[in-house]
Amino acid sequence: MSDAFAFDDVCRARAETIVGRYPEGRQQSAVIPLLDLAQRQAGGWLPTEAIEYVAGYLDMPKIRVLEVASFYSMFNLEPVGKNFVQLCRTTPCWLRGSDDLRAVAKDVTGCGLGETSPDGAFTVVEVECLGACCNAPMVQINDEYYEDLTAESFKAVLEALKRGETPEPGSQAGRTGSEPVEGLTTLTGEGA
Amino acid sequence: MPKVTVDGVEIEVPDGVTALQACEMAGKEIPRFCYHERLSVAGNCRMCLVEVSPGPPKPAASCALPINEGMEIKTDTEMVRNARNGVMEFLLINHPLDCPICDQGGECDLQDQAMAYGRDGSRFHEHKRAVKDKHMGPLVKTIMTRCIHCTRCVRFATEIAGVPELGLLGRGEHAEITTYLEKSLDSELSANVIDLCPVGALTSKPYAFVSRPWELERTESIDVLDAVGAAIRVDSRQTEVLRVLPRLNEDVNEEWLGDKSRYACDALTRQRLDRPYVRRDGKLQEASWDEAFAAIADKVKASSGDRIAAIAGDLCDTESMFALKQLMGALGSSNIDCRQDGAKLPAGSRAAYLMNTGIAGLEDTDAVLLVGTNPRWEAPLVNTRLRKAWLQGGAIIASVGPQTDMSYPVDNLGAGPDTLKSIADGLHPFAETLRNAERPAVIVGMGALARDDGAAVLAAVRALADSCNLVRDGWNGFNVLHTAAARVGGLDIGFVPGEGGRDVAGIVSGAGAGEIDMVFLLGADEIDMSGLGDAFVVYQGHHGDAGAHRADVILPGAAYTEKNGTYVNTEGRVQLARQAVQPPGDARGDWAIVRALSGVLGAGLDYVALGDVRAAMVAANPIFDNVDQVTAADWDDFGEPGEMGTDSFESPVDNYYMTDPISRASETMAECTREFVAGDGGRAGTDG
Repeated sequence: MSDAFAFDDVCRARAETIVGRYPEGRQQSAVIPLLDLAQRQAGGWLPTEAIEYVAGYLDMPKIRVLEVASFYSMFNLEPVGKNFVQLCRTTPCWLRGSDDLRAVAKDVTGCGLGETSPDGAFTVVEVECLGACCNAPMVQINDEYYEDLTAESFKAVLEALKRGETPEPGSQAGRTGSEPVEGLTTLTGEGA
Repeated sequence: MPKVTVDGVEIEVPDGVTALQACEMAGKEIPRFCYHERLSVAGNCRMCLVEVSPGPPKPAASCALPINEGMEIKTDTEMVRNARNGVMEFLLINHPLDCPICDQGGECDLQDQAMAYGRDGSRFHEHKRAVKDKHMGPLVKTIMTRCIHCTRCVRFATEIAGVPELGLLGRGEHAEITTYLEKSLDSELSANVIDLCPVGALTSKPYAFVSRPWELERTESIDVLDAVGAAIRVDSRQTEVLRVLPRLNEDVNEEWLGDKSRYACDALTRQRLDRPYVRRDGKLQEASWDEAFAAIADKVKASSGDRIAAIAGDLCDTESMFALKQLMGALGSSNIDCRQDGAKLPAGSRAAYLMNTGIAGLEDTDAVLLVGTNPRWEAPLVNTRLRKAWLQGGAIIASVGPQTDMSYPVDNLGAGPDTLKSIADGLHPFAETLRNAERPAVIVGMGALARDDGAAVLAAVRALADSCNLVRDGWNGFNVLHTAAARVGGLDIGFVPGEGGRDVAGIVSGAGAGEIDMVFLLGADEIDMSGLGDAFVVYQGHHGDAGAHRADVILPGAAYTEKNGTYVNTEGRVQLARQAVQPPGDARGDWAIVRALSGVLGAGLDYVALGDVRAAMVAANPIFDNVDQVTAADWDDFGEPGEMGTDSFESPVDNYYMTDPISRASETMAECTREFVAGDGGRAGTDG
């Protein structure tokens, strides 16, 4: 079964670099980055073949690798859509309107939580805090954070993705970081 | 040695112990679920909380807390009680209230500890979680909703059994214990996870809903289904043995038991010989004891001593073999043999047929050579010791013979006598490894000795032991691994051909050629029955196996749970098996049958009670006086060097689950064979 998955040349080179970072006899420490590599190559999720391939690559029992893969929510054990939408629902995002975003996601993609659209373009899931509370509400789509969302801006992001475009990640309200929305309120004087 | 104070009492403890161990040394009981003295420390159940100073002002998990000089531990303060009550309340949140239908009921750690630390009601009003049951094979039944995630089973499979197939998937409320892709747990030690499970998540499948622990009568006995002689507890109800569990014996089985020894007991009520039979008109017909004895007496009278022979099987108690040996002697026959597989073991030198290192001693070896043996199937509990030697001591293990997965790395040096000879001659590099090791050992199995050139192989292994210096001051690295529980006892009483007598091969060929008139099989089923020709065959035993099918007279004997008997294990430890239930029907204890037969044959043995036989055994060989002890054997001369053949060594056990008349009659073992040996393994749980 594990023949069905193997690292391509790019991933293999990358994997060798990663494994090389660990001292002799501690190669199994590389299991998380290698699973991540495998997940990227396999299209956003980890088929059994990929897990077994990583187990073989690091000479680990398969169950140990599956334990790691099932422990971390960043590893998907089921197929996901091309755009993997993770809605943050933890308190700051919730207070700032994450419920609205969930409704928008359902509207635009047709996916309820945990569902994948029939065309394979979207998977929508809810996650706990992704650490961007200053720019709440936010969602993570694949590797990118989209922040300071409103129902309208989130809809625009999703529709752009639907058209195959790549919307600009980051704050959708024009902020560069987590500074006040209406411009600086302190340290505004000369020499600031 | 640091000094610590436990509940106000100062004690001195060895270096490196944990707070939990220190508390136990001070006589304090600490509740626990995940901690187990033979497994690595997980520290995840939090039940063993204690108060420690100096330290942070909060409870500490004592199982994972190393002791420091001057530490003060309190095990029974309000903080400790509150903390444990809290842990228990959390554990019970997702534990179902199904104790009345749970097989663990009455012997459940959670039940017991909930009595001490549990609340009488629940404050949890949300939904309890439910977990799908997992398939783990024909022996382990799972009710995973009951699991409290102590991970003892995971650690056992990984550390002791050496089959890393169990794991904890997911996390938090979604954590679940499972085998990889729900395959059966492929280990001959798998059922030990049932004993380890502190709740009713893993229970015994064959024993499901059979009985409650308080209904059982417990008998402490000895296992006879391999030559390890594991300590067991036989649980019976009235006339039936319902289950077999391991007992603690640090020198032999620690607290583990192989699956065969545990589960073949269902065969004790199947295919039993429960009355005498006599073959009349080509058919075995029921008979009385008198008729059976009379039929034998007729044949004996018509024959002469040198035309009569006896073979003892693998499960015989030593007393019955001893009595039979005397009977044969009185009849003038020296054609007796207890090595029905034809193993070329001399009875004269005890060191030649013992595991001289001792089973526990194998843990200390640093270099081991396995010759013609697969200990994983021949003696799983010897294999765990070898695995421990590799895991904890870094022992180098190599083999000559079968190439199999032993659950630790084994360097296969070759298949047969050539390789063995080159090591013995010092030509092979492994000879150097053995010589340089501090505690080297060789283990030779029946696969190397039970063959025509077995005597030469034994001599070659002896030569290897001498040339590689395996026998040193306080260390004897020469080991024979037996597969038959009766074998060492049989050799100890000299159940081997006397002057001019025939061995097993001689008896069978003699019977085939008409030179032997009568063969007495004492539980011997593993010989070539078709070779016995027209000889009159008497079979004394407990199961309708090969011997009974060939027999002309069947004398129904007792299985190991139905008689008191002495067995000597592969390391030479004399142990007593005890009677748990009565033999079925007209069956009788085996020495008593031989005694009664001797009366009919006019060769009266004058034993009245079992104690008389034992006294005579002790008089014949004083080692039988040292019950539960190993009497070290002198390293004297043995072995007759000869020409070895070229055939490779094969393990005598090709199916761990069926090796003797009892396990062959067991339904559970048949299921295990289908699952693990016949290649049906890996069936997913959803296949129904």
